[in-house]
Amino acid sequence: MSTRQIDRIEGTAIVVRGDNIDTDRIIPARFLKAVTFDGLGDHVFEDDRAAMPAHPFSNPVYTGARILIVNENFGSGSSREHAPQALKRWGIEACVGESFSEIFRGNALAIGLACVTASHEVIVQLMTMVEDAPSSTLTLSLTDRVLTADGSSVDVTMEGPVRDALRTGTWDATGLLLDDFDVVRGVAARVPYIRGF
Amino acid sequence: MGKTLLKKVWDLHTVRPLSTGQTQLFIGLHLIHEVTTPQAFDMLRARDTGVAFPHRTFATTDHIIPTLDQTRPFADPLAEAMLSALEKNCDEFGIPFWNLDSDRQGIVHVIGPELGLTQPGMTIACGDSHTSTHGALGAVALGIGTSQVRDVLASQSLAIDPLKVRRIAVNGSLVPGVFAKDVILEIINRMGVKGGVGQAYEYGGTTIDRMSIDERLTVCNMSIEGGARVGYVNPDDTTFDYLRGRPFAPEGDAFERAVNWWRSMASDADADYDDVVEIDATTIEPRVTWGINPGQSVGVSERIPSAASGDNGAVAEALDFMGLTGGAPIKGTRIDVAFVGSCTNSRLSDLREAARVVEGRSVAQHVTALAVPGSQSVRVAAEREGLDQVFRNAGFEWRGAGCSMCLAMNPDRLDGDQVCASSSNRNFKGRQGSPTGRTLLMSPAMVAAAAVAGEVTDVRDAVS
Ligand code: SF4
Repeated sequence: MSTRQIDRIEGTAIVVRGDNIDTDRIIPARFLKAVTFDGLGDHVFEDDRAAMPAHPFSNPVYTGARILIVNENFGSGSSREHAPQALKRWGIEACVGESFSEIFRGNALAIGLACVTASHEVIVQLMTMVEDAPSSTLTLSLTDRVLTADGSSVDVTMEGPVRDALRTGTWDATGLLLDDFDVVRGVAARVPYIRGF
Repeated sequence: MGKTLLKKVWDLHTVRPLSTGQTQLFIGLHLIHEVTTPQAFDMLRARDTGVAFPHRTFATTDHIIPTLDQTRPFADPLAEAMLSALEKNCDEFGIPFWNLDSDRQGIVHVIGPELGLTQPGMTIACGDSHTSTHGALGAVALGIGTSQVRDVLASQSLAIDPLKVRRIAVNGSLVPGVFAKDVILEIINRMGVKGGVGQAYEYGGTTIDRMSIDERLTVCNMSIEGGARVGYVNPDDTTFDYLRGRPFAPEGDAFERAVNWWRSMASDADADYDDVVEIDATTIEPRVTWGINPGQSVGVSERIPSAASGDNGAVAEALDFMGLTGGAPIKGTRIDVAFVGSCTNSRLSDLREAARVVEGRSVAQHVTALAVPGSQSVRVAAEREGLDQVFRNAGFEWRGAGCSMCLAMNPDRLDGDQVCASSSNRNFKGRQGSPTGRTLLMSPAMVAAAAVAGEVTDVRDAVS
């Protein structure tokens, strides 16, 4: 099954500084008490925003931002897909960071939220640039693996196959996994604990 | 060069390489609960897809259930809606479900091993990051998100990136009063909370070899807190003895054949690791976290670190949130709440250690203390030994099985900026239900000692 092709993401950006920002902070657990993902966008970083009135997600100058810039190990902790869902529903379409937790990156990919990485120096520079001029438009090109802002470009990293999945619209895994179901049956038949000891 | 358990399990379960560069990995056992699944079932319906192997998925309920009054409908309509959704979904798709009225209900990571569902050489997935727990029996167990729960339901497989293997060899005897919890807190402190990203942690060495399965479960449980997707211990006689006679374990001759296969899945003596780390267990102290991630811990006799240049403001942010002072001893930190429970430390052995400390003593007057068994079967076994009475006599509340105060999804939660000595696994800001609530992670025995003293204290003094 083919899904939306994702290649160019253009828009203003928002910065959340700090390493190891865990998914409990991105979306506190009480908002997981629901049977849909609807409305999660309203509660993104809710507790951090309450504790810090100047939190970027509360700052109107960042309204409408589509690219989130973060530091190291973003999205650590709980495996809740609600974290990338909340960001996406708020309006974020791509995250640019020094590094991401693995589960977060996988969950983000599963919903078509692109996570690309860049060096510490590049991130520091981007963060300052966006904070100084929040209205600047950034353009992320997955094809070129380049982020362009204010006429200058920086290199970003995304593994080729993941990038291709987004570009070709094959990032929704279920279709891919069901493509050749006989092979799955074959594995089930050879695994001793399923076949029976 | 020999192979690691991870490599053997991976090869056996590989369906095919995917065009995304990932591997399609067959999942032998899928465990589900009420929080991360309702949307997954809705996605299945939207696609008009069924559940591929309904008998390889098992459900329980743990996160949202009250541990006190479980009358239906629950007082919280949102919790009620979640449990109802799981009931309906399991019913519709033919998935076995241990609901509140079952003596098999409990925290998903407690019941899997306890029922013998979790076995060596398996691939296991669950929509919960602490799925790494099941690696204690030599399984490759992966925490996944909701879209991946949908994938496993639909195809009994996952698209997943390959993992490297780091062997963590822990050698030597633990001194009395030091537990598996302290070992894993030490490991995370040393390797960092993102040290394990992209890796599976294989725990070995004489300390791990001598551990019971309960202790290994505690160690593997917190692998994810060190960034590792997977943590495991190679299966050995301790594993096989644990599994013999459990409801889902093979029986009779089949069990012996299973043991042979399980043994063959352990890492070879000359296995090729990406990285090996050695840890001396003899110097590990009871540990306590002082910060806002599980890597921020010190030995109980040590001082809380001070902010330093180069830490990116992380220490200052943590101290500010925790209301603690850099350079002060961690011992003597006043607590308001004590929580013995969670998938890290709510098994019978954990309750015994905590009960041993509180027996004949009383919880400090200003402290609210909770003991919450991880499963109904743990609760029954503990009550048979009279542990519930020991806890109650000391002033603890004795509750029904569930996640309870580990996270903010049921009525058990911190109020305001209360400080909680907790045997759970996460001290993130707001984790225990109050945005300003503060968590100090430690072993169940240390929680018990803190409950009695009303402050962080060294359990080695408390019981000597
Ligand atoms: S006890 Fe805590 S960590 Fe474990 S499954 Fe429940 S909420 Fe998650």
